[in-house]
Amino acid sequence: MRQTFQDNLSELEQDIFTMGEMVCIATNRAVKALKEQDVEEAKRIKHDDKYINEKRWTIEEKCINLIATQQPVATDLRELIAVLNIITELERMGDYAEGIAKIAIKIGDQPHVKPLIDIPRMAEIAIDMINKTLRSYAERDDKTARLICKQDDEVDELYTQVYRELLAIMIEDPRTITMATYLLWTSHNIERIADRVTNICERIIFLVTGEIEENVSKY
Amino acid sequence: MTSTAKVETKNLNLYYGPNHVLHDVSVQILPNKVTALIGPSGCGKSTLLRCFNRLNDLIVNTKIDGEVLLDGKNIYGNGMDVVDIRRRVGLIFQKPNPFPKSIYDNVTFGLKINGIREKKRIAETVEKSLNDTGLWEEVKDRLNTSALELSGGQQQRLCIARALAIEPEVILMDEPTSALDPAATFKIEELVSQLKKKYTIIIVTHNMQQAGRVSDYTGFLYLGKLIEFGKTNDIFTRPKEKLTENYISGRFG
Repeated sequence: MRQTFQDNLSELEQDIFTMGEMVCIATNRAVKALKEQDVEEAKRIKHDDKYINEKRWTIEEKCINLIATQQPVATDLRELIAVLNIITELERMGDYAEGIAKIAIKIGDQPHVKPLIDIPRMAEIAIDMINKTLRSYAERDDKTARLICKQDDEVDELYTQVYRELLAIMIEDPRTITMATYLLWTSHNIERIADRVTNICERIIFLVTGEIEENVSKY
Repeated sequence: MTSTAKVETKNLNLYYGPNHVLHDVSVQILPNKVTALIGPSGCGKSTLLRCFNRLNDLIVNTKIDGEVLLDGKNIYGNGMDVVDIRRRVGLIFQKPNPFPKSIYDNVTFGLKINGIREKKRIAETVEKSLNDTGLWEEVKDRLNTSALELSGGQQQRLCIARALAIEPEVILMDEPTSALDPAATFKIEELVSQLKKKYTIIIVTHNMQQAGRVSDYTGFLYLGKLIEFGKTNDIFTRPKEKLTENYISGRFG
């Protein structure tokens, strides 16, 4: 048995959980800051994105070192390739959360053009998807990974709903265009987070089965 | 696939006295491809390799059943000329084993025992064989010095040149780089990739990365059985058998 190598792989798995948790927290905080119009909190979120980025580079370096020194093959190799892909997705998801925080800063204390109900709901589903994905990764559960891809449809439907609603508001009163566009960006960012969760799910399927499967529920 | 196989075994069983060493091995080796045989020590990979040019005949109490086909003809069949088979199927050993003769004489040795005396042809063969192994430029000015003065890597390439001189069709290599340093190893591996354009190569190796680097097909043997055979890329990224996975990822063996 290659115990040291096995330990290294377990450590990487823990790193993925930590990074995933960081992204969930950032997304949650960003949407909350936007809803509560808490600019100071939004600035902190923007600042904290660097920790997600740093985590990504640390994990990537560990993967590179393991590939160079351990010559992984088969499942071990797929594991490392999956990790490299997952951290790229998580890092981008962190950027979307940071993007929402930047929007909260731009909006400041100007009143929202509509009550924020669907957008936090979208974020809630996206965060739930991330958590489930991390669990399916831990359990190497490709079946659940496939089901999570389906959940993306819910986020897409909400996005379409928000988009139409904001469009109607803008048509009705063009003075709302700037503020409505900010919310459109926000919902788009969350929609992209959910899309990237499905990319991670595809990686989990690849890790377990060795097959690359494009999910069928892309919007 | 049957019709295109250069070498093929069908239900090959081999016994050393009471020991059943190979169990029902059926494998097809494609021409102009490199096929790696991997597996833990004692799994039968070298024994299988030696079946391909009947080198096991030299071991007493060896019994073989099943077939080993070279271009569709059973080399263990009646009336087969063993010397001719070994001319067509050359073998490179683990440690370089040049004869204690000059570089030139090493390469021409096979030609001479095959009755070739024509000087021009011999000289051409020496240059061509040494060129094919990348050795010509390194030794052309000292062909009459002893082969034993060459470095380990050069000696191994000389042994390959010696095998090439008699124009074999298949080259068997039994851990050809296990006694060499990394630089010499890479040269041999590069050579293997070049040689497959003209020859069919079967290589036994303990080095998983080497199997991955040089071979097109890989067969995994365990306890005398061929557990899995397939394209090297598939074996090293998504093996079908758990046993193969455990072996190539260093979890046993």
